[in-house]
Amino acid sequence: MTTPLCDLTGAELSAQLATGETSAAQILASSHARIAAVDDDVRALLTPTPQLASERAEELDVYLSTGAPQSPAAGIPVALKDVLTTNGIRTTCGSLILESYVPPYDATAWTRLSGAGAVLVGKTNCDEFAMGSSNENSAYGPVHNPWDLERVPGGSSGGSAAAVAAGEAVWALGTDTGGSVRQPASLCGVVGLKPTYGRISRYGLIAFASSLDTVGTFTRSVRDAGSMLQVLAGHDVRDATSLDVPVPDYGAHLDDGVAGLRIGVVSEAFGEGVEQAVAASVRAAIERLAGLGAEVGEVHLPHAAYALSAYYLIAPSEASSNLARYDGVRYGLRAEGEHADSIAMMFATRGQGFGPEVKRRIMLGTYALSAGYYDAYYGQAQKVRTLVIADYEAAFERFDVLVSPTSPTTAFRIGEKADDPMAMYLNDIFTIPANLAGVPAISVPCGLDDGGLPIGLQLTAPALDESTLLRAAHALETELALHLRPPLLDGLGT
Amino acid sequence: MPVEIDVEHVAKLARLQLRDDEKAQLTAQLGQILEHAARVGEVAADDVAPTASPIPRANVYRDDVVEPSLPVDEALRNAPERAGDRFRVPRIAETGS
Amino acid sequence: MSVTDYEVVIGLECHVELSTATKMFCPCANTFGAEPNTNTCAVCLGHPGTLPVPNREAIARIMKVGLALGSAIAPHSLFHRKNYFYPDMPKNFQISQFDLPICVGGSLDIELADGANKTVGITRVHMEEDTGKTAHGSESGRIHDATHASIDFNRAGVPLVECVSEPDMRSPEEAGAYLRELRATLASLDVSDVKMEEGSLRCDANVSLRPLGAEAFGTKVEIKNMNSIRSLERALSFEIIRQTTALDAGDTIVQETRHWDEDSGTTKSMRSKEEAFDYRYFPEPDIPAMEPDPAWIAEIAASIPELPRARRDRYTGELGLKPDVARVLVADRASTDLFEGALAAGADPVPAANRVTQDVAALRNAADEPGALTPQHIVDVVRLVADGAVSNAGAKQALEASFASGEPVGDAVQRLGLTQVSDTGALGALADDVIAENPDVVQKFRDGKDGVIGFLVGQLMQKAAGAANPKLAQDILRERLQG
Repeated sequence: MTTPLCDLTGAELSAQLATGETSAAQILASSHARIAAVDDDVRALLTPTPQLASERAEELDVYLSTGAPQSPAAGIPVALKDVLTTNGIRTTCGSLILESYVPPYDATAWTRLSGAGAVLVGKTNCDEFAMGSSNENSAYGPVHNPWDLERVPGGSSGGSAAAVAAGEAVWALGTDTGGSVRQPASLCGVVGLKPTYGRISRYGLIAFASSLDTVGTFTRSVRDAGSMLQVLAGHDVRDATSLDVPVPDYGAHLDDGVAGLRIGVVSEAFGEGVEQAVAASVRAAIERLAGLGAEVGEVHLPHAAYALSAYYLIAPSEASSNLARYDGVRYGLRAEGEHADSIAMMFATRGQGFGPEVKRRIMLGTYALSAGYYDAYYGQAQKVRTLVIADYEAAFERFDVLVSPTSPTTAFRIGEKADDPMAMYLNDIFTIPANLAGVPAISVPCGLDDGGLPIGLQLTAPALDESTLLRAAHALETELALHLRPPLLDGLGT
Repeated sequence: MPVEIDVEHVAKLARLQLRDDEKAQLTAQLGQILEHAARVGEVAADDVAPTASPIPRANVYRDDVVEPSLPVDEALRNAPERAGDRFRVPRIAETGS
Repeated sequence: MSVTDYEVVIGLECHVELSTATKMFCPCANTFGAEPNTNTCAVCLGHPGTLPVPNREAIARIMKVGLALGSAIAPHSLFHRKNYFYPDMPKNFQISQFDLPICVGGSLDIELADGANKTVGITRVHMEEDTGKTAHGSESGRIHDATHASIDFNRAGVPLVECVSEPDMRSPEEAGAYLRELRATLASLDVSDVKMEEGSLRCDANVSLRPLGAEAFGTKVEIKNMNSIRSLERALSFEIIRQTTALDAGDTIVQETRHWDEDSGTTKSMRSKEEAFDYRYFPEPDIPAMEPDPAWIAEIAASIPELPRARRDRYTGELGLKPDVARVLVADRASTDLFEGALAAGADPVPAANRVTQDVAALRNAADEPGALTPQHIVDVVRLVADGAVSNAGAKQALEASFASGEPVGDAVQRLGLTQVSDTGALGALADDVIAENPDVVQKFRDGKDGVIGFLVGQLMQKAAGAANPKLAQDILRERLQG
């Protein structure tokens, strides 16, 4: 049996489109068939857009038949995390407060992908306002991990990770504020890239924590991650924090290998709390990189231990302000019933519209910024952030890339950590430092544990050096040649 | 030691209506989370400058050139309640907050 | 104690809407009076996912204001978020500035009613954004009776400059003089419409009393909602009496915000709930720091025109205008421009100034519009009067016609028949009639009462229906009476 189109990589599909071997409509049909087959179980999509997608694919086929230049994104079925705005298409952030919100504009990331010919199959489920590590915080129910439907896909971009793992989409966009692309990529066995802060415009990324939020990609190959980044990267006049620097050709050095590359193993990332299988798998992968000629050494990030604490002050503080706008005045939910006045209406709307995790973080952030506590909490966290950045700067003097596990564990059971916020927050302990420092990082599958669950390895590079990051990741991916496919897909055709 | 916070006061600042069970749960959970977060205080950082943005830029401006606004119906499309071409809200009892 | 035993301490916080083409952080048009919510977009409505990008021209203009006030331009300045909830504030935080404003320090020289000068310190000038506008729905239009409210976000995101003074003013009159001077300065910089009635210039006052000679400030009260210089002075006067009375009665002053009510002429406490003010300022993560290039600052500094203070000094010194005339000329931009234009075209300064501050000002007030007068009209009217071709009354009539239509003064004079009778023969005949009809008065003149000549001139003017040159009329009468 041939591999269904929706299980191919973007690069493979692109090649078939170029030769006329397949069409955008056929690729989309494959994707739609997969959604029909698995999404009742996986529940990755909150808002499928089949009609729009079909029209788009037809237009594309007409365009491609003219022999016009073809972007690597052309005809690729993509899914968008539901925190990225889509003009005229409902965007919920996984929250009741935006249940019927229809944005009047497109996120720049989507504008670029769409302009390059990508076909939107739908908006994906996620933790409410991207706050979570398991996708259990969605107001619309959890996403199920395609590798084991009883388990979480990770979060907060759980729907996007699961959609790509299950072949519902070939590519997906997520957002990564503390690991929300890399951790679910790790738990779902796909490639998750968080580029440098500012590399991709945040315009239309519904803000959780503005100084940490980054648009990221889900793909089934490192090469595809580079292709997506190529389309997405670049300055945007609508985002004053987007970087106005040239975008390199991310494919140019992809195949250069790791011989002579200096790889630093983050010592702190193999200690207590890391599952044995995870540590072993990542160690084994590092050995393979050494075997390819990489110079491997140990590196310390002394302030990484405080990164989680700093993150849980900075992110909620910014969130408390970013989420103030949901007040029942201009859009979104307004609590029903008679309200004594506008203030009472706002209290009721926000009380009803936000779920427990969002309330927790709004409360945390409001407290951390409030009079008398600012210096001890938010102010001090910003100083720790400076030290975390200094740790990376020192490390990158000695190494080209750093390596660690992406997540301390493989996918856990739905409900397992739901009542223990602190245990849940620890999922992001290895991913958070890169967000604080704004540096790029990628999660690449490096094996399966005894239960057959994927394990992810994280590589981190200096700011704006995505090329080296992708090169190392691609070398590892090629060396390991895992070709992961969730058992759920066995026997599914088209 | 868990940090004790005045949940009522913070909820008021955040304009969040909370049920009693939510208040009780938040008091416990936030106390625990803050205990962990307060560890930032263990870092000696008196002479360290704070970082507000990971990749700092400066002087990013836009030219003063008008672009079309939204059509008024589009601007009000998501409004929970309209009064003509204005956003209608319950009475505003006090000025300032 | 009584009023005289306290020293009044006043500081003003003025908000100035900049008249840029677009809003502060989005490219929506910045215009006053548009239909509700027609100047709005996803950014200024605070839609999820939108980001603010600051307007370069607004930053240039606030630096211009700061430089004109003698502020230092900060080498590193940040926007902060000021967090509080209000239905007409789209994001429920205001992008403002906190501890790193763009303009730091400065001063403004003001002129008091008695002609004395005083320097008022400027603490800071910072950049922020305006809110939307709320209409309160009720029969009476009063906030207390409202059943609902409705919001227009056209104003949301309009660039707003906040100028904070030091507590240097000691009376309502000084506060009024400060606001007048600030308004004139801003008008001369051409950065804002500075119309208090449209809200493009707004002012809050902090006022406290302390025993004469005391160093420490008393408890201050903030007063809001004054929409003219007159109401600022009235509100302060009321508040001073209220605080004096309270202190005399042994009460303490509560630190609070009070609302000026124009109709009742009183200030009212705005506290209705024990709401804690906690703005939770933190650096705006969506906007990079402002670190203006010295060359840009120098370019802006070079664009600052002569400021009202210097202009007044020049008018009263070099040009010999009276101080009150100079003050009126400088107080508004239209008058200044008209006068300066006339000067440049060669008009005699004193009569030109009088025409602008009296005749033109009266026409503008009556019509409530700027009118069609150009500097050339002023030049012409001054020359015609000086030449004796038109009387003062004729000049006013001609200006009125030109004000409405823009026609040249000379044409108006011709069309309306305002040319003075300067024909000695015709006036001589009329003078003979006047002498014949007023023998008693003529006798008095001949007895040495020179002053009665005015009466005789008046009689002659009446006979000439005003179209006589008064100087010529007097000369003819004297010639006949003395000859």
